[in-house]
Amino acid sequence: MDIKALIAIVMAAVLVNNYVLQQFLGICPFLGVSKKLDQAAGMSVAVIFVMVLATAVTYPIQFFLLNPNDMGYLQTIVFILVIAALVQLVEIILKKYIPALHASLGVYLPLITTNCAVLGVCISNVDSYMLEKAAFGPSFVQALFNAAGSGLGFLLAMVLFAGVRSRVDKCDCPESFKGMPITLISAAILSVSFMGFAGLVENLLG
Amino acid sequence: MKKSKLAILTNGIIKENPILVLILGTCPFLAVTTQASNAIGMGAAVTFVLLCSNVIISLLRNVISDKVRIPCYIVVIASFVTLVQMIVKAYFSALDTALGLYLPLIVVNCIILGRAEMFANKNGIVDSALDAIGMGVGYMLAMLVMASIREIFGAGTWFGIKIPVLADNNISIMTMAPGGFAVFGLLIAIINKASHGKAIKKKEFGCEGCPSAGACGQKGCDRKEEAA
Repeated sequence: MDIKALIAIVMAAVLVNNYVLQQFLGICPFLGVSKKLDQAAGMSVAVIFVMVLATAVTYPIQFFLLNPNDMGYLQTIVFILVIAALVQLVEIILKKYIPALHASLGVYLPLITTNCAVLGVCISNVDSYMLEKAAFGPSFVQALFNAAGSGLGFLLAMVLFAGVRSRVDKCDCPESFKGMPITLISAAILSVSFMGFAGLVENLLG
Repeated sequence: MKKSKLAILTNGIIKENPILVLILGTCPFLAVTTQASNAIGMGAAVTFVLLCSNVIISLLRNVISDKVRIPCYIVVIASFVTLVQMIVKAYFSALDTALGLYLPLIVVNCIILGRAEMFANKNGIVDSALDAIGMGVGYMLAMLVMASIREIFGAGTWFGIKIPVLADNNISIMTMAPGGFAVFGLLIAIINKASHGKAIKKKEFGCEGCPSAGACGQKGCDRKEEAA
């Protein structure tokens, strides 16, 4: 396993192809839960956790169950159901055995089921790493690293934006721009700054 | 609260436009509106799924028990999304490449689950169908407006047709990620101005905009925390 390739995957997922700011996935929590820093961080940690876990479950399902039986078309249905069941299961397990973690992450878990970033990372992992005749092991590790990187990118965007928002909400902007519009405009500026990372991976590790 | 059929139909297009007023389904809205033709394709796909799922859920509303309703809705929606994926792959392969990941992601589009939860499980089949058409057309029109602005200024074309002066002086950032956020923000600001602030006051984005709000009942959302 090439360490350099894995670092490249994570860096690309966090900075270059940031899920929120460059690919528009997970916009709802990005705009909805980013008002306070602690909530933004809690939500993001839960997202990282679920992304890695969901990839760890859906990737083998696609590889060992759907592909050999020519049932690739069931991907959407199977993945969304698996993610929904998984999130429920995680919540129950956390509640029973690790109440402290449940108290801090549990509240965000139900919201994550319908988070498009989680389903998005599962599907894009299958699309980008599960190539013809590729071995399961290495591609699975790559998919897991991509999931973790995407989650970290989500965390980075959420935490940065929570800081931006606490100031933007107090700003004296025109009446029509108050609330959502000014939030979106500041998201656009944050997104511009992430465009500066384009080409980073190729130049550093290429 | 009996509303006329026409009111239900136009509700989604103007008064409760899903994207510009309710702010639901933002992810595909921002992502695929780089070209006007993509907007039409995505809007049509969402409308189709919304119509089918609203009708089915409205038919089954007395059969599905309240506790398992969300998983049931998800299965119904996912089936129709799979159907749309197959149709698009078979007959519109250019659209399939353009929409890519966002086509299967219609499953988690807040508008569809939101309408199932807010409208279809309380209303009859005809009303639900009209609501779905209204919401779908409203979404498609909003996408078309946004995509037209981004394509005309960003690429200097409209539906692929070159526009004389703008094609040589395009502002390419409009078709990239930041342009999406900025144009969306400006559109909402214009609507707020035109409706004299009624649009913001009625629905600030937050918990009620989230489809899982009904299912979650948790304190995770700040709106509920503030209320409590």
